[in-house]
Amino acid sequence: MGMGIETSIGQGDIRTRDHRSPVELEPIYDVSGAEILVRALAEQGVKTLFGIPGGAVLGLADAIGRFGRFRWVLTKHEQGATHAADGYARYSGRVGVVLVTSGPGSTNTVTGIATAYMDSSPIVVLTGQVPLPMVGNDAFQEVDTIGVTRPITKHSFLLRSAGEIAETVRKAFYIAGSGRPGPVVIDMPKDVLAAHADYLPGEPVVVRGYKPKIFGHAHQISRAAERISRSRRPVLYIGGGVVASGASEWVRRLAIEHQIPVTSTLMGLGAFPTDHPLWLGMLGMHGTYAANMAIQMADVIIAVGARFDDRVTGRVADFAPAADIIHIDIDSSVIGRNVQVDIPIVGDARHVLVDLVPLVKTPDSREWLEQIQRWRAEHPLWYDRNSDVLKPQLVIEKLGEITDGEAVIVTDVGQHQMWTAQFYRFKHPRTMITSGGLGTMGFGLPAAIGVAVAQEDGAPRRPIVAIVGDGGFQMTMEELITAAAYRLPVKIFVINNGYLGMVRQWQELFFGRRYVASELFRANPDIARVAESMGALGMRVEHPGEVQEAIEKALAWDRGPVVVDFRVDPRENVFPMVPAGAALHEMIEAKPSEE
Amino acid sequence: MGEMKEHTISVLVEQTFDALPRIAGLFSGRGYQIDSISVGEAEEPGMARMTIVTRGDDGVIEQITKQLNKIVNVVKVTDLTYEPFVERELALVKVTATQSTRSEIMQIVNIFRAKIVDISPKTLTVECTGSRAKVQAIIGMLRPFGIREISRTGSVALRREFRGET
Ligand SMILES: Cc1ncc(C[n+]2csc(CCOP(=O)(O)OP(=O)(O)O)c2C)c(N)n1
Ligand SMILES: [Mg+2]
Repeated sequence: MGMGIETSIGQGDIRTRDHRSPVELEPIYDVSGAEILVRALAEQGVKTLFGIPGGAVLGLADAIGRFGRFRWVLTKHEQGATHAADGYARYSGRVGVVLVTSGPGSTNTVTGIATAYMDSSPIVVLTGQVPLPMVGNDAFQEVDTIGVTRPITKHSFLLRSAGEIAETVRKAFYIAGSGRPGPVVIDMPKDVLAAHADYLPGEPVVVRGYKPKIFGHAHQISRAAERISRSRRPVLYIGGGVVASGASEWVRRLAIEHQIPVTSTLMGLGAFPTDHPLWLGMLGMHGTYAANMAIQMADVIIAVGARFDDRVTGRVADFAPAADIIHIDIDSSVIGRNVQVDIPIVGDARHVLVDLVPLVKTPDSREWLEQIQRWRAEHPLWYDRNSDVLKPQLVIEKLGEITDGEAVIVTDVGQHQMWTAQFYRFKHPRTMITSGGLGTMGFGLPAAIGVAVAQEDGAPRRPIVAIVGDGGFQMTMEELITAAAYRLPVKIFVINNGYLGMVRQWQELFFGRRYVASELFRANPDIARVAESMGALGMRVEHPGEVQEAIEKALAWDRGPVVVDFRVDPRENVFPMVPAGAALHEMIEAKPSEE
Repeated sequence: MGEMKEHTISVLVEQTFDALPRIAGLFSGRGYQIDSISVGEAEEPGMARMTIVTRGDDGVIEQITKQLNKIVNVVKVTDLTYEPFVERELALVKVTATQSTRSEIMQIVNIFRAKIVDISPKTLTVECTGSRAKVQAIIGMLRPFGIREISRTGSVALRREFRGET
């Protein structure tokens, strides 16, 4: 697959020659821990690291430089590095790698680690640490990284001797990338990186006490098949686990061969084509009428790789009252946690579906599908398409048309994220990259950088569009400099409504229109000029008529990042909306304006 | 679901530096109750067995065992509550003892088959071993005399092997 193999592209880039060649690693005797670590990373097929060096990792940085086979993407902030590694992992399915120094370097990764944790994204975070004998002394730039990150990591390691480094790296990658994926921290005391040991190319690792369950229980699978075959009003409810396990194709087969309508969480978008007649739209707080009603009326719900998050279920007591629930997930702890499950199946979504689909007999869902068509026809997603004012949904809908759903979309958090989920025509898994679980503003731009780098490392080429709010953009906009430095082809669409829009919406609807601390317009910078000053192309769009041309121009731009400042209607809200504490069918819908 | 019940959970775990804090952190981070927790080396080198006494309804207990199982270093989790098990706790109780109360305290100690392990003009220190319930009971009996300090190990427990079957 196409990938850039230039010797040097931009600041901090130390990639050399052809990094695609398989890494042949020889045993090396009596070398530093840093040298060992670098080789252990190469063993894992690592091509790129994201991060910022500092005192505790200078030896390692030097070893990386001398090794010469990695590309080090130097970000402006460690949060950016962590989101970038996360975006890299979500798009490519490969473990993303972060390297930061001790103390502040490590604390700056916390938001990124928590974001990856909540969305089960595999990253390995290498953090510098003060020398072991100084640990606990409040040494310069010491922080208890493992303690700070414990609740937001799948696992963590402290390196205690150079001899254990290679094995630890192998375990870390294995744990991060397998089972329910997640972030793993390796804390690296400076003296351990400097100490000497032998490097021996490694065998696969065994981690005792860690055995992800891949295959589902055969009896449960046949019960599920039997229940689905007898259903009259079935719904497939899919989540991020479908994307992570590569089960999208099998979800499509189950749905299409057996005429089962599909809804998805935010994290599952892309796993099922949104232009298919069986597609219901997203469910939950900002789900479609058809999706939420289908859930409420279903007699069987097949939940795959989803976890019945509170944004999805609405008031749990009234969730899907008539349905038998089949729940397939690799993490048994999410099964039966928020809702009662009738047929639990613990296992990898793809493997379970491979076993399940052939056993299913097509249920008689004709009446049900007709009902669903009526809901869809009578309650479509709506906004004023003829408005003279630029509507945010128009930008996203147009983008969907122009790219025909073939772009990879990265979002930030807020109203624009929900409009993206509602109005972009997703077609492929891994083309919606968004912070679902933690809802981290500032995620979008750095995660898009990660996607661009993953493409250079061999992941499929697609246009990359980050759809961000004016608020979230300003949380990590320094990474635009990174994108420009590496000439990464990311298109950043700022849906600029002059507000912390999602906050403003809640204040309008539930707090008597008292807009406390949600106005941005008074102090927003000129975003196009900010972009220009950082080395990107900056554009501004104010009228609906300019949208098409601006999007086309942005997509065609081939000299690094583009930022388009879309000045949209500040008063637009996201509908439908299930208010907090309401049941799924109790939606507030968009009303056509009176005129 | 609904009803709160006491559960004794036995956890076999690799003795890494991070295993204990991860387990403790799980309880604090997810708001689970810990009535007692005790750890020590297990039969195999490098492994520890932890006994956790906790309370919760069925849903909570299910979550606790599942979450424990998710911890990478945890090798085995057994909720002993559902099968016969032996359970012991050791407590040291320093109680105020005057001329007039000393013999009464010693009588209680005898009844519970506990031991006096330290004596001073104003105190007695009692060592008591037994089930959690027995330890609670003796503490309850000693309380009126004035308890100065208590130190308890928390329960340790193992599944019973022979249940009388032939
Ligand atoms: C780091 C962080 N801080 C605060 C929030 C709470 N929050 C959720 S949405 C939102 C507003 C986002 O505003 P903007 O980026 O302009 O997007 P919009 O909703 O206007 O599309 C805020 C403040 C958050 N999700 N993340
Ligand atoms: Mg905004």
